[in-house]
Amino acid sequence: MHKDNQPLIFEMTKEGRVGYSLPELDVPEIDLAELLPEGLLREEAADLPEVSELDIMRHYTALSKRNHGVDSGFYPLGSCTMKYNPKINESVARYSGFANIHPLQDESTVQGAMELMYDLQEHLKEITGMDEVTLQPAAGAHGEWTGLMMIRAFHEANGDMKRTKVIVPDSAHGTNPASATVAGFETVTVKSNEHGLVDLEDLKRVVGEDTAALMLTNPNTLGLFEEQILEMAAIIHEVGGKLYYDGANLNAVMSKARPGDMGFDVVHLNLHKTFTGPHGGGGPGSGPVGVNKDLLPYLPKPILIKKDGVFSFDYDRPQSIGRVKPFYGNFGINVRAYTYIRSMGPDGLKAVTEYAVLNANYMMRRLQPHFDLPYDRHCKHEFVLSGRRQKKMGVRTLDMAKRLLDFGYHPPTIYFPINVEEGMMIEPTETESKETLDAFIDAMIQIAREVEENPEIVQDAPHTTVIKRLDETKAARKPVLRYHKAE
Amino acid sequence: MKHRYLPMTPQDEKAMLDTIGIQSIEELFADIPEKVRFKGEYNIKPAKSESSLTKELSQLAAKNADSNTYASFLGAGVYDHYKPIIVDHVISRSEFYTAYTPYQPEISQGELQAIFEFQTMISELTGMEIANSSMYDGGTALAEAGMLAAGHTRRKKILVSRAVHPETRAVVRSYALGQSIAVEEIPLKDGHTDLEALKNMIDDNTAVVMIQYPNFFGQVENLKEIEPIVHGAGALFAVSSNPLALGALTPPGKLGADITVGDAQPFGIPEAFGGPHCGYFAVTKALMRKVPGRLVGETTDEDGRRGFVLTLQAREQHIRRDKATSNICSNQALNALAASVAMTALGKEGTKEIAIQNITKTYYMKQQLKAAGFEIAFEGAHFNEIVVKTDSPVKKLNASLLQKGMIGGYDLGLSYEEFEGHVLVAVTEQRTKEEIDAFVQEMGASHA
Repeated sequence: MHKDNQPLIFEMTKEGRVGYSLPELDVPEIDLAELLPEGLLREEAADLPEVSELDIMRHYTALSKRNHGVDSGFYPLGSCTMKYNPKINESVARYSGFANIHPLQDESTVQGAMELMYDLQEHLKEITGMDEVTLQPAAGAHGEWTGLMMIRAFHEANGDMKRTKVIVPDSAHGTNPASATVAGFETVTVKSNEHGLVDLEDLKRVVGEDTAALMLTNPNTLGLFEEQILEMAAIIHEVGGKLYYDGANLNAVMSKARPGDMGFDVVHLNLHKTFTGPHGGGGPGSGPVGVNKDLLPYLPKPILIKKDGVFSFDYDRPQSIGRVKPFYGNFGINVRAYTYIRSMGPDGLKAVTEYAVLNANYMMRRLQPHFDLPYDRHCKHEFVLSGRRQKKMGVRTLDMAKRLLDFGYHPPTIYFPINVEEGMMIEPTETESKETLDAFIDAMIQIAREVEENPEIVQDAPHTTVIKRLDETKAARKPVLRYHKAE
Repeated sequence: MKHRYLPMTPQDEKAMLDTIGIQSIEELFADIPEKVRFKGEYNIKPAKSESSLTKELSQLAAKNADSNTYASFLGAGVYDHYKPIIVDHVISRSEFYTAYTPYQPEISQGELQAIFEFQTMISELTGMEIANSSMYDGGTALAEAGMLAAGHTRRKKILVSRAVHPETRAVVRSYALGQSIAVEEIPLKDGHTDLEALKNMIDDNTAVVMIQYPNFFGQVENLKEIEPIVHGAGALFAVSSNPLALGALTPPGKLGADITVGDAQPFGIPEAFGGPHCGYFAVTKALMRKVPGRLVGETTDEDGRRGFVLTLQAREQHIRRDKATSNICSNQALNALAASVAMTALGKEGTKEIAIQNITKTYYMKQQLKAAGFEIAFEGAHFNEIVVKTDSPVKKLNASLLQKGMIGGYDLGLSYEEFEGHVLVAVTEQRTKEEIDAFVQEMGASHA
């Protein structure tokens, strides 16, 4: 990576330079001051950069070199499924007939796009075992909220107004409780047991007539399959609640177990994880939601229907929760996910899960002698190590994560799930070769040795990055959230 | 199986199974109860090779009428604008698009700095003090503005103008329902928000007043007249704004807006059948700690060098869980990057020039339609769009335009009962005089 600081684009500005090529104005000019109400004609131009096209390209190329992506190197960020982003997806999403169509065009002029959406829904129904799927939610958290709003609508339609609580495990993603709050629910936490699984006795204790739903990731965020899923489903359904599946970890169970068959009533998927829509530096994602028959009437509108080979949007949905997003979801990401599914086929998706799980177990077993493994059993697509042994020697998990940067790796997810002390959550994905896994494992083992022999090198890491550890306290105490020209 | 995305060889597999101490991969799934075990393979379409799949999908794409082939006069919140070619080259740098949220700042300075620059550009264009790293889209951004306002003011009513995009209003209602916040719509008067009605509706339970600027009909709302009514009642003033228009219009931040949101799609982002686009969210400094989503801040490293980090994370779901200001996690980072590149390319001069061109061409369209005998429904200042009365059904009209290589406007009757037989026609800088003249001629022809 380049060590020199890259100036802000605003610091490269020179008055009079341009980087654009607008069409010639071929109609008569007019006097804007006459047309606009007084005071609404902008007087001072927005102080945006004045740079040439080459300046722009060099600037962003320099920035890209200061950024680590999956294409730069291994990225075992647990719970995020940082697998390879196929290039065919990028090409297909840029086809003019997909990229340059307007959402409000007459339906007869976008039948190809609607066919793709419909077929993607059909594929996702089969993959999840659900009865219907909506592509409208823009990301996983958005899908969670959408699903919870449907559950709320279901209970309310039954005159069941007392269901105010959503149960989440202590190991849940932060979005679960946050989405519950946005949907108007109170969150109740259910404990994990000594095996890292939901404690059924505690679950029985917290459920009741006020339970709207239990939100669950399976395998959970420890990478462990909740074996008692059917018992849990029975406990929730018995009290009249609904079971919600957080699909962040679907990569672990494709062709092995479907949420619909496990008793889940609502499912969201992260197409940017399992189905290779790229992560984009933090989006755009796509968070489709699948439901079973009970929840069909509440799907966001419009829904996509096919009749006599013609696709149309149906807005006549009186019990729908309404719109969760303008138009029909992040279509561009859905095109990528569809392309991926069609590239893999049924045998391919099965192999994806098998290799993702094989890779994770291989890494776990090779690293087990060197780090603490709080839950010693076969994992699924990811596993969580604890750095408590190293912490006793004065080196924290954060330090080890920073040391991994010196080896050219993106570190695992750290300090999550919150029920593991000094946690490191490692998810290799199926697209990584044994050579890559071995090299990373060797780096981890070397770091473990350094902790014992030369802890300073770990504590002071990183040593090779463009910048050293940053002062986050300063950033938060006196926030500077935009550039201001020096006076 | 062999697949180009799956590098495992049978030898690798054998060696790994040995290390784990098992005979077959299947053993790793033994903890899945028999009763829920999926047997066999999914009943989905078989895998296709790269070239046969691109062939199939390009044929599917070709079934759609795209705005490269057709001259589009359709807007209604999504626009066919100049997309500097450089935008796609920058966002195709895979260091950007294959990265995730920049949790590790030492190896994410590129993304973090790009977001910091995006925040600055949005702040400049909107005249607001603080802008976040992006939201899903303009619709959900306005909905989040409603939640922020209700939380901040501890009031339970949103007033939203009927001149706000109908789909955005629908999203605002969905979010408000979750929070048990009432949503009331301010009626229209001559294609603008009815200010007398607003004065009657606003009360001490009103958390926020939402106005679109320019509004859904392309009319420029007079924010100067609205602001005192809103603040006089102690409510927050939220403005949903097309940022491209702000190249020529006085920014909401200078006109008393507390929250300005919108969609940056007009800056370099393809229409893509409605998404992904790029919401933005900007506020006054007073509301900084209530903002949803990611914020990037400047700081220094141990050697005193400037660097950038995600900051004020105590607002966010991964820290605060059920007490977070929003549940948003992934946003639209790559599209924020696209918008940044487009805003940079246009720059100080270009953002003004493009906005002026849009107004100028809209007026040209208006004059030509008037000259051809059409009635323009609303007077006042227009940006991008005008509302035209037609005698023939809009669907029929658009069908004949399509025959001539044009995508017609939006049928307003679909979302406003009172505007049946009205079409919302959009003109951007992309439409040439020739295309506008052809459109007017064809409109006239179907009229007769």
